[in-house]
Amino acid sequence: MPRSIRGDVVVIGGGPAGMAAALSSWEAGAKSVFLLERNEYLGGILPQCIHPGFGLQIWGEELTGPEYAEIFIENLNRTGVEAMTDTAALELTPERIVKAVNPQGAWEIKANSIILSMGCRERTRGMLQIPGYRPAGIFTAGLAQYLVNIAGYLPGKDIVILGSGDIGLIMARRLTLEGARVKMVVEIKNSLSGLVRNYVQCIQDFNIPLLFSHTVTEVRGKERVEAVVISEVDEEGNPLSGGEREVECDTLLLSVGLIPENELSRQAKIPLSPQTGGPWVDEDFSTDLEGFFACGNVASVFDLVDYVTLVAERAGRAAVLARPPQEKHILRAGEGVHTVIPQRIREGKDGFLFIRPQKSMKGVTVSFWEREKIFYQKKISICRPSEMIKLDLAQIPWPQEKGEIKVEIKGTEIQGIS
Amino acid sequence: MKLKEQKSREFLELICIVCPLGCSLSVTKSDDRIRVRGGCKKGEKYVKEEITNPRRVVTTTLRIKNGVWPRVPVRTSSPFPRDKIPELMKFLSSLEVEAPQKRGEVIAKNLLGEGVDLVVTRTIERKE
Ligand SMILES: Cc1cc2nc3c(=O)[nH]c(=O)nc-3n(C[C@H](O)[C@H](O)[C@H](O)COP(=O)(O)OP(=O)(O)OC[C@H]3O[C@@H](n4cnc5c(N)ncnc54)[C@H](O)[C@@H]3O)c2cc1C
Ligand code: SF4
Repeated sequence: MPRSIRGDVVVIGGGPAGMAAALSSWEAGAKSVFLLERNEYLGGILPQCIHPGFGLQIWGEELTGPEYAEIFIENLNRTGVEAMTDTAALELTPERIVKAVNPQGAWEIKANSIILSMGCRERTRGMLQIPGYRPAGIFTAGLAQYLVNIAGYLPGKDIVILGSGDIGLIMARRLTLEGARVKMVVEIKNSLSGLVRNYVQCIQDFNIPLLFSHTVTEVRGKERVEAVVISEVDEEGNPLSGGEREVECDTLLLSVGLIPENELSRQAKIPLSPQTGGPWVDEDFSTDLEGFFACGNVASVFDLVDYVTLVAERAGRAAVLARPPQEKHILRAGEGVHTVIPQRIREGKDGFLFIRPQKSMKGVTVSFWEREKIFYQKKISICRPSEMIKLDLAQIPWPQEKGEIKVEIKGTEIQGIS
Repeated sequence: MKLKEQKSREFLELICIVCPLGCSLSVTKSDDRIRVRGGCKKGEKYVKEEITNPRRVVTTTLRIKNGVWPRVPVRTSSPFPRDKIPELMKFLSSLEVEAPQKRGEVIAKNLLGEGVDLVVTRTIERKE
């Protein structure tokens, strides 16, 4: 028999989002807060991100991932939040019952509010469909990061990295410092996916070649990776014939994107956005299903942990206030926009709007449309897909009447690095 | 005379990382002068430092004995001369520390005589 307990707020996932949400629920007056984390430690992905670059926006100081996480863990320890590590949430019902297991047994927790903060997963080779055998030596960049930085194990000696996302760039430097040879980074698009700073300090500093408009079309080797075949691609990303070449290596790292982890959200029948892959949320990070909130990477992939903390704090407070449902504006991603989050606006009086552009552009105008009319425009000098544009909701003169609003980005496209 | 001048002059393209604009700056280096074009004042300062004295914060892990994890992550207390990073890494790979280690503690002082220390970034408890 599972042990049944009740709680004001149950938070699923103990990464930066879950920790900040649990803390702010507690501070907003919740009497019982449970924080469930399936790993044996809190912090989510942060303890393995040993490089600096966290907290600049919030604390004006650059911390490493483990430092950022530990500050939150210490703050949590000073509250009555019940942090349960080694505890995996396995089932979630629309009636707000969480079923979880840990070494002590099975649990059934009924909550007034549930905050989803399960983070995201990395895309894998299966999703890319690269032909070849299934030899050892293919890792996602995040798994390689865990192996090197936490388990203390070097995944290979001669390495090719597919994708120029930040985790891949960071790992290129990390593996080089540990004595591996990173032979090249291959990017299918014609521009950088990660931050320019990471390109300069992780790639240029070590003279690692970065090939744009190229991809891996085959993995060679039966037991272990022996080589990969790389090809140039056209604008649509299709390999051009004749441009193939073999690169010897024993390891292929994939840094080709993240997907919000939403199995539980689906079980609870929470409506999901096809753009972000996560639940639709409003500025309180309240989902379309009453009593459920979603924050951090489970809602949309955030590149800065600082933003994750900001939105999680809002979710934590809102979960205690439990405001009744009401009519909201609905935001749609228009031309030039990859995703917007939140996609619902309750009042628009406080909170933030994050917009991820589709392309790198200069001389940028962000426009807000209500039907055929632009009601707000904002000019910014530059935008890149690696960095979300952050706007204060209060800056925007939201229309009186609730309805559909389209967000659009226009500008001059940039190729390559800058 | 002209030839000599040509020889001692160097052209470089550097990407500025001070702000999100990421300007491409063109740099002309003659014997004692550095000229930067294509950016703002902050960019010029960054490039001059980058050319004369490039530094980076170094983060890595050390082996740790009797810890709940086999590695303890560390960082330099301030940016370290970039050209000496390989030497620093070699030195650090020879180090081994004993658990427990607490975040914020200085684990090694004055690395390679550069006046920069090594700081623990994650608390690692002792294995029971
Ligand atoms: C591999 C990887 C590397 C990254 N590197 C960087 C970087 O270098 N710099 C940077 O700024 N950002 C980085 N990011 C972005 C980073 O994810 C975010 O900044 C931030 O960590 C997101 O926080 P989160 O709490 O939403 O998710 P996460 O940090 O992923 O935390 C989610 C937590 O939920 C737990 N969980 C999931 N499902 C369940 C369940 N069913 N039951 C219980 N617990 C569950 C997970 O175990 C995890 O601990 C990286 C992301 C990934 C995936
Ligand atoms: S040169 Fe100035 S404007 Fe250009 S990236 Fe550097 S700091 Fe920004």
